[in-house]
Order: sequence, then structure tokens, then C-alpha cells
Amino acid sequence: MERTTLDLWVGAFVVAGLAALVILAMKVGNLSTYNVSDTYQLDAYFTNIGGLKPKASIKSAGVLVGRVTGITLDTNRYEAKVTMSIDQRYKFPKDTFASILTSGLLGEQYIGLSPGAEDKMLKNGDELKHTQSAMVLENLIGKFLYSKASESGNSK
Amino acid sequence: MKNIRAIGHRSVDAVWRLGYAARFFLMTLFYSGTSFRRFRLTVREMFFTGVMSLIIILVAGTFVGMVLGLQGYETLKRYGSESALGSLVALSLVRELGPVLAALLFASRAGSAMTAEIGLMKATEQIDAMEIMAVNPIARVVAPRFWAGVISMPLLAALFSAMGVFGGYVVGVVLIGVDEGSFWSQMQSAVDFQHDIMNGVIKSVVFGVAVTAISLFEGYDAPPTAEGVSGATTRTVVESSLAILILDFILTAFMFRGS
Repeated sequence: MERTTLDLWVGAFVVAGLAALVILAMKVGNLSTYNVSDTYQLDAYFTNIGGLKPKASIKSAGVLVGRVTGITLDTNRYEAKVTMSIDQRYKFPKDTFASILTSGLLGEQYIGLSPGAEDKMLKNGDELKHTQSAMVLENLIGKFLYSKASESGNSK
Repeated sequence: MKNIRAIGHRSVDAVWRLGYAARFFLMTLFYSGTSFRRFRLTVREMFFTGVMSLIIILVAGTFVGMVLGLQGYETLKRYGSESALGSLVALSLVRELGPVLAALLFASRAGSAMTAEIGLMKATEQIDAMEIMAVNPIARVVAPRFWAGVISMPLLAALFSAMGVFGGYVVGVVLIGVDEGSFWSQMQSAVDFQHDIMNGVIKSVVFGVAVTAISLFEGYDAPPTAEGVSGATTRTVVESSLAILILDFILTAFMFRGS
């Protein structure tokens, strides 16, 4: 009799521990929003990706449509090659425009897709031709200072 | 001269003990077949190590989460990013505080009890009696406790983290009034299942192995006197706490570097 109550307690403990793990996975982690649906791959070349990281989100009209799966430097073109996996449900025209954007002033960087007007759709392994690189704050400040300096130089 | 000789004696003694501990650990693994064939033994020990540690783990987890919520809010408010409170609380709990604090509590709650129990068994010659009866004390006494600790530790750490997130939610959302939607959505976008949660589980398994191995060895190696057992209990808590913190640094350096 003593043993069964003990077993019950241990069983309850194990169930509670596993339940805590499931809660962590579902409620705290991203397993519930995990992309289990089929995806297709797209490539895009950027001259500068700024702070883009693998697993960064890809959004179109603000809706999450995919994730960045890989970033490599293509030594033929010396440009960053970004591989993206897009949810199979979402198709984009051939002339879709990909730009690296920042959420908020100092937030994470993500890729925004703005669809074009062409009838043909992008297929698995296709390349996005129209891209816009990330805005690098240092370059902007540098340009601003340079233009200010030349302005003041002209006025003298 | 005498001092130098004492230093040499101590270092040789430490190396000798380390070798003995390694042999003891391998013997425990070697004879652990019994603890799975007679799983009742392991379940019994899980009651004393796991279930009896539940209350302290749950209460400590809740309060740690509440403190995180409060302190995190105060700091994040300065940068106007209170909505990141959820990810701050969840990430720090799942990655570090859950496994580490649960293991520290486990070492002082269950580890010290294990050491004292085995040390007293030795002092009252129960271990010798088993050997006379041709019962292997490592298979019968040590291995079930070892596996009970290794199984209990990740479950306790998960409960700690879950209660911590709940505590952070209570303080952040219910009491202070951070927006509930952004609390959960920021948390979910920041916490990755494989990278964060599974690494936390791996950490707690490693801590479980370290804490129970140290406690069992200290108990088994304790001089069979009242003083010896009390000294062994103290050493268990000190050594396991240090082992947890050092192992945590090493594991973190491997898991979360460059991400």
C-alpha cells in the first residue's frame, strides 16, 4: 500500500515535469508557430546585408512568409547570397522586389518582399533580380558629414 | 620543510582521491543495470530526490521569475522597450537561471541528503553488511540514486523555468501592466526550441550527473564517524555548487557562442 502512493507521487512528478517542458516548448518557445508546412527556396544577392542573420524573418505586407536559411559570400560577384525558404502557400511574381529593412529604429533586420506585376511566378531555386541592400547607419552619417563639409567648403 | 611536505602530501592525496572518484563513477555506470531491471528502486529514490525537492523548486522558480519581471521592467523602461520583458524573462530563465538555480537548490536539498544517508549507512556498517550478504552496494544503493538524480534534474529545471515564466507574467502583465500580447509574442519570437530550450535541458542533465556523482562519492568516501559525515555533507554542497557554475560557463561557451 505504501508503495503505490509513492509510485503515484513519482508519476505525478514526472508528468508535471514533462508538462512543464511542453508548456515551455509551446507557450514560451516557437514550436507552436514552427513552420511545418512545405517551403520552397529562393536566392537573392545583396551588395550589403548589414546586420541580417540566419533565421531572420521574411515579410510581405507585414505578414511572415518565410525565414532566411543561409547567408554566404559569393566570390564570383563579391556579393552576399541570401537563401530564403518561403512558405509554399505564398507565391510571388518574377519581378518581386526584396529589400532589407529594420523593424523599429534599432530593431532586428528582416527582408521585405514587395510583389511586382508580372504574371509568371517564382519557382523553387529562382533568384530575385531586384534587391535593395541594408542601410548602414555609419555610411549614411559619413555621406552626411561629407556633404556638409563640401557645402561649407563651397561657401567660403 | 614540514610545510612543504604537507603541501606535497595534500596534492598527492587529491590526485589519489580524484582517481578513486573516477573509478567509483565508472563502477556506478557499470553496475547500473540493476537500477533499470528493478526500476522500483530507482522510483523510490526519485521520490526522495525529485518529489521532495518539488516545493522548494516551485517556490524559488516563481520568486526568481517575479524578481526578473520587476528588475527587468525597471531597466527596460529606461529604453522604452518594456514589451521586450517577456523575451528577457524567458531567455534568462530557459538558458541560464532555470538549469543553474535548480541544480544549486537540488545540490543543497537532495545532494546533501544523499551524502548524509550513504555516509551514515557506511558508519553504521550497513554497506559492509551488504557486502557480506554478497549484495553489491554500488548496484543496490548507489546506482539507483544516481539515475534517480539524473532523471529528476531536467524535470525540476523545466518546472523551475515554467514557474519562473509564470512569475514574470504575474509581475509584468498582471501587476505592472505590460501589454499581454507583446509579452508572449516577443517571448515566442525570441526563444528558439532547439537552440534555447533543448540546450537548457542538456545543461540540466549534465548538472544532474555532476551533482549526484559528487554527492554519492562524498557519501561513499566519508570517514565513518559523525565528524566525517558532517564534513562530507559540507564538501558535497561546496563542490557541487562550484562544479555547477564552472560547468555552466564551459557549456555556455560551447552552446551560445557566436549567435
